[in-house]
Amino acid sequence: MMVVSAEQRKRARSVGFAYLVLAVICFGIFTRRAGSAGFKISETGQFSLPAQGFAWALGIVLVALAAAQLYRGLGKLSNIVLALATAAFFMSFLSWAAAGDSFSFVGMLQDTVSRSVPITLGAIGGILSERSGVINISIEGMLLAAACTSAIAASLTNLWLGTLAGILTGVALAAVLAVLSIRYKVDQVIVGFAINFFALGITSFISFRVLVPNRDTMNNLLPVMPIEIPVLSDIPFFGQIFFVQTIFVYFSFAAVALATWGLYRTKWGLRTRAIGEYPKAAGTLGVDVNKLRYRNLLLAGAVAGVGGAWWPIGIVGRFDQNITAGRGFIALAAVIFGRWHPVGALCGALVFALAEAVRLKIGNFDTGIPSEFLIMAPYVVTIIVVAGFIGASRAPKAAGQPYDDQ
Amino acid sequence: MNDTLKSLRFTLLAVVAALFVSAFIIVITDLEALGDGNFGQAFRTLGTAYWGLFKGSFGSLRAISNTITGATPLLLAGLAVSSAFKAGLFNIGATGQMLAGAMGGLWVGFTFQLPAIVHVPLALIASAAAGATFGAIPGVLKARTGAHEVITTIMLNSIASFTVLWLLKTELFKREGRDDAISKFVEESAKLPKLFGFMGKRIDLLAHYGFLVALLATFVFWWLLRKTTLGFEMQATGFNQEAARYAGMRTKSLVVISMAIAGAFAGLAGGSEVLGLYGYASATVAGDIGFDAIAVALLGRSTPIGTLVAALLFGALQAGGRQMQVDTDVPIDLIIVLRALIVMFIAAPLLVKAIFRIKGEAHAFGQTFRGWGG
Repeated sequence: MMVVSAEQRKRARSVGFAYLVLAVICFGIFTRRAGSAGFKISETGQFSLPAQGFAWALGIVLVALAAAQLYRGLGKLSNIVLALATAAFFMSFLSWAAAGDSFSFVGMLQDTVSRSVPITLGAIGGILSERSGVINISIEGMLLAAACTSAIAASLTNLWLGTLAGILTGVALAAVLAVLSIRYKVDQVIVGFAINFFALGITSFISFRVLVPNRDTMNNLLPVMPIEIPVLSDIPFFGQIFFVQTIFVYFSFAAVALATWGLYRTKWGLRTRAIGEYPKAAGTLGVDVNKLRYRNLLLAGAVAGVGGAWWPIGIVGRFDQNITAGRGFIALAAVIFGRWHPVGALCGALVFALAEAVRLKIGNFDTGIPSEFLIMAPYVVTIIVVAGFIGASRAPKAAGQPYDDQ
Repeated sequence: MNDTLKSLRFTLLAVVAALFVSAFIIVITDLEALGDGNFGQAFRTLGTAYWGLFKGSFGSLRAISNTITGATPLLLAGLAVSSAFKAGLFNIGATGQMLAGAMGGLWVGFTFQLPAIVHVPLALIASAAAGATFGAIPGVLKARTGAHEVITTIMLNSIASFTVLWLLKTELFKREGRDDAISKFVEESAKLPKLFGFMGKRIDLLAHYGFLVALLATFVFWWLLRKTTLGFEMQATGFNQEAARYAGMRTKSLVVISMAIAGAFAGLAGGSEVLGLYGYASATVAGDIGFDAIAVALLGRSTPIGTLVAALLFGALQAGGRQMQVDTDVPIDLIIVLRALIVMFIAAPLLVKAIFRIKGEAHAFGQTFRGWGG
């Protein structure tokens, strides 16, 4: 007999119920459409899944998993099984949506990775500032303003200077956040929101007053092309998804790796986490709390700035009013979703990006279910995940509190 | 100088400082005039723009009516954010709660045939109830699972938007002969009367009784905070949840109730837009009001009277901004910049002090939100 705590048993139960819900969806919805769905996995290759058969089979497996979870829990295997079951459920959803038709599966995943860039980088910006004790609501504003300036600078000069302009814009807004919240001890949430409003207003203003009349010279550029990484891009399937991408994607993965390594393996990281948890102790031990907060915030702004530059330079080729459309808030959600850990935030960003890519690829199939419900699915899933599995995430303790260094 | 006067002075100075910065922005973005070296032209544009801003907000009865019309939903939605702040909750979900309220009021508005004296209050109650129900969801999630309201309210906003988009295309809500997402009209008897109806039939005076509803709601908020145990417990929970729990308060229920109250305010905002201004609902009925409401609450420091003043100021800027856009080529988006600057300057009294070289103690600005933990 396994020894399990009440907490574990509760979790096992809620996972069990989640399996049951998924099974009901499988039986109730995914078995309704006949035909096979074609998943293109390379330029020529594709595999097909019979929508109904797969849904029935998966439904039965899910019921079995639910029974196992509710009876005694799967113990160590629980997380792996959950991940596999979720993936299988997703495949079943896709085959249901695309039954009798085919779509580029690899293209969808490629798109997912590309679209995760601004959310990931925004979230890294959020993590860097919140880990050092400053709440950063202004990710959205940083992304938006950086997108605007990088579009202008890149149109007037070149893509490198354009990206640099984005970085500098992110740093400038981060500096405002830093000075007002650290030096003047203004409520961090207020400054953050003011920055968001300011960025939304000023970029819309510039867009109408300056960019629309001068569209060809100031808001017109050729975005970067994907770079094929030698050898790695030849890996079947995964090579296409991860290694035929723009430089922004590689930068974003590097940023996640660096932030993780930096936060957990270096002196800087230890100090950063210390000033976010218990600044007084860190201060007593000789860490200059406010100086480190300044530095980390500026760094956060720079990272978010690259994320903003992704829109004009990485994909669209121009700036439009409110082009970020709330992605900065999604990044904020990814920070909490990922429990203030870079890798967790990346996972959150990928989930949202996947939802977006699915909508773009699958949205046109007529499934008999109003498309609005498909579109809102990721938001519902986020709530379920946050409420059911993550619960009260533990934020850096000192986030939001100014520090007096006397 | 007493506190109220001091705070008023700082608010005024912050507005002045914000107007200066925006003036600078207007001039330096006038590329055409500056390109010709014609500074006079750039400054004339600025003058026309600011005159339009004033004329459009207070210059005539119509302007005042527009200011009130704009302030009405901002005030109600602002109360939704303020009341949540008081309980230590960050309600980003006013948009979704407004949409819920709009649909609730709309449904009662076109379904029943009743005398106006019953129909209007019933429709408003439906709005408040729908908003409260929708607002309670993040409260329940937080109380039961600890899920943070910032995430859940952002997600629920999107869920509400898409649900409304779908609802508006269903047979129940859809307007005959239209394929886009636009609803039936509400019955005449459910419409909120026009505020200036006594002046005869002037269709350009849009202000409606929704403003009185908003004033009443502001009073209710004040009464709740100052005169009731519930209000006291909400504030205690917001101030220090642990302490409140040790004092025997049921903090979990209070979280749910606070969010429901916030949702009711926002629901009224949606309802009053549908019943007072539009007479129907579309997918954009909530617009950016839920987002602007956060600025209103921040500017009003989450107090009833502060929220009222902030909503009126923002309503005036919005009405004036439209006039400005008509009179000059300065886009209305300048208003968003102006609002951001005002919030920023008000939140940073030390900055205003430095700019205007004011001596003495700066007016302290309380903290609205105590980190992610609580």
